Amino acid sequence: MTETATLNADQDIADALCAQVGRAYAERTPLRIVGANTRGFYGLPVDGEPLEMAGHTGIVSYDPIELVVTVRAGTRISDLEDRLAENHQMLAFEPPRFGPASTIGGAVATGLSGPRRPWAGAVRDFVLGTRVINQEGKLLRFGGEVMKNVAGYDMSRLMVGAQGTLGVLTDISFKVLPQPAASHSLKLSLPLDAALNKLAELGRKPLPITAAAWHAGELFLRLEGGKSSVNATRERLGGEEISADLWRELRDLEHAFFTQNNDKALWRLSLPPNTPALPLDIAERDIFYDWAGSQRFIKTSLDADTLRKACQQAGGHATCYTPAALGGAQAPFTPLNPVVEKYHRQLKAQLDGHGIFNPGRLYAAF
Amino acid sequence: MNILYDERIDGELKSFEKSDIIADLQQSVPSLTLLHREEDLHPFECDGLAAYRVLPMLVALPETLDQVQTLLKRCHALGVPVVTRGAGTGLSGGALPLERGVLLVMSRFKKILAIDPDARVARLQPGVRNLAISEAAAPYGLYYAPDPSSQIACSIGGNVAENAGGVHCLKYGLTVHNVMRVDIITIEGERMTLGSEALDAPGFDLLALMNGSEGMLGVVTEITVKLLPKPETAKVLMASFDDVEKAGRAVGDIIAAGIIPGGLEMMDKLAIQAAEDFVKAGYPVEAEAILLCELDGVEADVDDDCQTVRKVLEEAGATNIQLARDEAERARFWAGRKNAFPAVGRMSPDYYCMDGTIPRRELPRVLKGIAALSQESGLPVANVFHAGDGNMHPLILFDANREGELALAEEVGGKILELCVAAGGSITGEHGVGREKINQMCSQFQADEISLFHALKAAFDPDGLLNPGKNIPTLARCAEFGAMHVHNNELPHPELPRF
Ligand SMILES: Cc1cc2nc3c(=O)[nH]c(=O)nc-3n(C[C@H](O)[C@H](O)[C@H](O)COP(=O)(O)OP(=O)(O)OC[C@H]3O[C@@H](n4cnc5c(N)ncnc54)[C@H](O)[C@@H]3O)c2cc1C
Repeated sequence: MTETATLNADQDIADALCAQVGRAYAERTPLRIVGANTRGFYGLPVDGEPLEMAGHTGIVSYDPIELVVTVRAGTRISDLEDRLAENHQMLAFEPPRFGPASTIGGAVATGLSGPRRPWAGAVRDFVLGTRVINQEGKLLRFGGEVMKNVAGYDMSRLMVGAQGTLGVLTDISFKVLPQPAASHSLKLSLPLDAALNKLAELGRKPLPITAAAWHAGELFLRLEGGKSSVNATRERLGGEEISADLWRELRDLEHAFFTQNNDKALWRLSLPPNTPALPLDIAERDIFYDWAGSQRFIKTSLDADTLRKACQQAGGHATCYTPAALGGAQAPFTPLNPVVEKYHRQLKAQLDGHGIFNPGRLYAAF
Repeated sequence: MNILYDERIDGELKSFEKSDIIADLQQSVPSLTLLHREEDLHPFECDGLAAYRVLPMLVALPETLDQVQTLLKRCHALGVPVVTRGAGTGLSGGALPLERGVLLVMSRFKKILAIDPDARVARLQPGVRNLAISEAAAPYGLYYAPDPSSQIACSIGGNVAENAGGVHCLKYGLTVHNVMRVDIITIEGERMTLGSEALDAPGFDLLALMNGSEGMLGVVTEITVKLLPKPETAKVLMASFDDVEKAGRAVGDIIAAGIIPGGLEMMDKLAIQAAEDFVKAGYPVEAEAILLCELDGVEADVDDDCQTVRKVLEEAGATNIQLARDEAERARFWAGRKNAFPAVGRMSPDYYCMDGTIPRRELPRVLKGIAALSQESGLPVANVFHAGDGNMHPLILFDANREGELALAEEVGGKILELCVAAGGSITGEHGVGREKINQMCSQFQADEISLFHALKAAFDPDGLLNPGKNIPTLARCAEFGAMHVHNNELPHPELPRF
C-alpha cells in the first residue's frame, strides 16, 4: 500500500534541492541528477553525488480548460498521464517510459518523444515554462502557464534535452491537448521502397495519420482524429487492423525487435523525411523505421564513424543507446561541429561555471 | 520612456569617429552598399513602433553572406554595435537603430532557395516575406502555418527573431514550432547551422533559443521551415455577444468541448466598428463582442465540429451565429480581423498596440481592468485578441500632437501589462520586448533570472555588440525604473556598478 502512497504523493522538496545545489556549488562537488534512473543508459555515465529528484512530486496545478498542467519533475509519467486521461487530455508528444517509475523530469531532460512526434511535435514544443535551480542554488522561473510568451530568452526549451547539464528542472508546465475522438491502427504488407513512397505520398495530403512505422515488410499506421475522417481514411487505406499496443511497445523500446536478439549495439538514427535506405551493410530485420522514416532504430556492429558519416551525408545524426560498457560507442551522441561546440562550451561555462551539473553527461569534454 | 540608449544605465559603448568606421568598412567590404548621409538614413529611423525614432550612424545593405560575415568581423574588431533589421514591421522597437551603431538590413536576401514537396520543407533567405512562402508552396498543396497579420510585409528572418505568431497558432504553433533549421553568423563572423532537416539535432536546443532572441545572439542568414498540407476545408463561424465577458467565457467552453479550432479570435465593440468601417467585413456593429472561430481539417470532421461549436456558442449566450457561406465570405470575415490595426489607425491620429498574454480564465477580469484604465485616462481602448491562446492586443488610441498624450498612452500600456503579469501572464506574447518593454521586463522577472539571461547572452556575444539596450534590461535599469522585487530592502547585486 505504500506503493499507492508514493504514487499520489504531493511533495515539494525544492528548498532541500536548492540547498544541496548551493552546497555543491560552494564545494565544487559534481552532482549526478537522478529521477528514477530509467534513462541512465541514454548518455555518458556521470560521476557525482546524487541529487535525488524522485521525491519532488505532484501536480501543482491543472486546469483542463486552459490546456495547461504544471507538474513537479519527480512525478511519474504514468501518474501525470492518468490524471490527464481523466479529463480526456494527453501529452501529445507521447513521452517514452523506460520503466514504470520513469519521471516526467527525466522525460523532459532527455527530450525524447514518441511515435506522434512528426505530426504533433516534440517535447520541447509542449513545454511552456519551467522552474530551474541555477548553479548558485536559487530557484528561478522561466516561461509560465500561458500559451504564448516571448519575454526574455527561451530558457525552458533550452533545458529540454540538455540532460540537466545547464541546471536542475524542478517544475514543468506543459500544453496539453484533447485526446482524439477516434483511433484506428492498421498494417499493410509493403516492401521498404514502396512503403517509403507511400508515406511521402500520404504526407502531402491532409490525412489524420499520427504514427507510421515500418519493419520486416510491413507498414504500420495509426489514424487519429474525428470519427468521420478516421473512418473515411480507414476505408481508403484498407489493410488489416492491429492493436494500438504496437505504438506503446515502440515508444518504450519494448517491442520484440528491442528485447530479442540484441547481441549488437542499438542505435537511433535521426534523418530528414524521405531519406532512402542508407548504403550500409545492415540486414532489414535489424532495422525498425519510426516517424515515417525520420527515426530509425538499428542493431549493428558497424563502428560509430561509419554510421555517423552515412547519417551526416544524408543530413542527420546517430545516437548510440547501448552504453560503452556493454559494447556501445564511446561517444553516444554525434560530435558537434567546432563552431557549434565552441558555443556549447561557452554556454556551459556561463550557466555552470564549476561544472557541477551532470558533467560529461552529453559530451565527455563539458 | 526615454527611447535613446542611455549609457548610464544601459551600459557603456565604445567611442569612435564615424568617419573612421566608414573608411574601415568601405575598405574591408568594398562591394557593400553603405548609407551614411542623413537623408539616406531617414527611411530606417524606426520600425513598426513609429513613435520611437533614432537615426543610425550607418546603414549596411548587404547582398551576399560574405559581406555580412566580413562586416560583422570588422564591427566586432572595432567594437561597433550592430542592430539587425528585417522588414522593419516589428512593434516593440527591436530594430530601432543606435546613434552609434550600424543598422544591418537583411531585406535584400529575398530568395526562396528550395521547396521540397516530398520532404515538406522550404529553404529560405531571411528577407523572404512570410506570405511569399505560402504562395510558393501553394502549387504543391502546401503552406507555411504561422501567419502574422503583417504577413504581406514581414520577413521570415524577423519572424524567427521575434518568434512571431498569427491567428492560427493555437493549433499550428508559433514560429519556433515550424522552423527546422537556421544558419547563423555570429558577431565574431563565424557561420553555424542549428537544427536540421531531420527532426532533431545533437547537443543543446540552440535552435529553440534562437527563436525569439530578437537579434541579440546572432544574425539569421538562412531558414528551413516546415510546410503543411493545406486543410481540405476551413469554415468560419462568427458569433455576436451582447456582453464581452460572455464572449470570453465562450472561448473556454469551446476548448472544454475538446475542440482546438484553427483560429479563435475576439474583437470588442470599438474594434468591430473600426474594422467594419474600413473593410465592410459584414460584422454586426451593434454587438459588444464577436468571436471568429475557424474549424479546419477533413470535411466530415469539420462539419461535426461546426455543429458542436454552434451548440456551445448558443449555450454561452451568443445573440447571433453566422457560418460563412462560401470562401469569399470566409475571406471577408478574416479581412476584418487581419486589418483591425490599420482600421483602428483610421479612427485616431495614433494608436499604441499592446501584446500581453494571460490565462484564458482571467479574460473577464483583465478586460474589466482595461476598461477602468481607459475610463480613468480618458483614452479609448479597442480590444483585439488571439482569444484561443490568451494573447490580447489592446489598442490605446491617442493623439501624439497633444501635449502629454504619448506619455499617458505609454503609462496606460504599462499598467495593462502589469495587469497581465499579475494575472499570471506575460508582457509579450508575440511582438517581443525590444526597446519598448525593456522596463516592464523588471516586473516579470526577478534579478537572478535577469542575470541568467545576461549570462546566456554573454555566451554568444560577450562584448554585448548585438542589439545593445534591447530585450533584457540591465539590473541598473531595473533598480532605477522597474518595479523590481526588493527583499528586505536590499537591492539585488549591490556590488553591481550603477554606471
Ligand atoms: C500591422 C501589423 C500587424 C502585426 N501582426 C502581428 C501578428 O499577428 N503576430 C506577430 O507575431 N507579429 C505581428 N506584427 C509584428 C511584426 O510584424 C513581427 O514581429 C515580425 O516578425 C517582424 O518581422 P520583420 O521582418 O519586420 O522584423 P524587424 O521589425 O525588421 O525586426 C524585428 C526584430 O528581429 C530582429 N531581426 C530581424 N531580422 C533578423 C535576422 N535576419 N537575424 C537576426 N535578427 C533579426 C531585429 O533586430 C529586431 O529585433 C505585426 C506588425 C504590424 C505592423
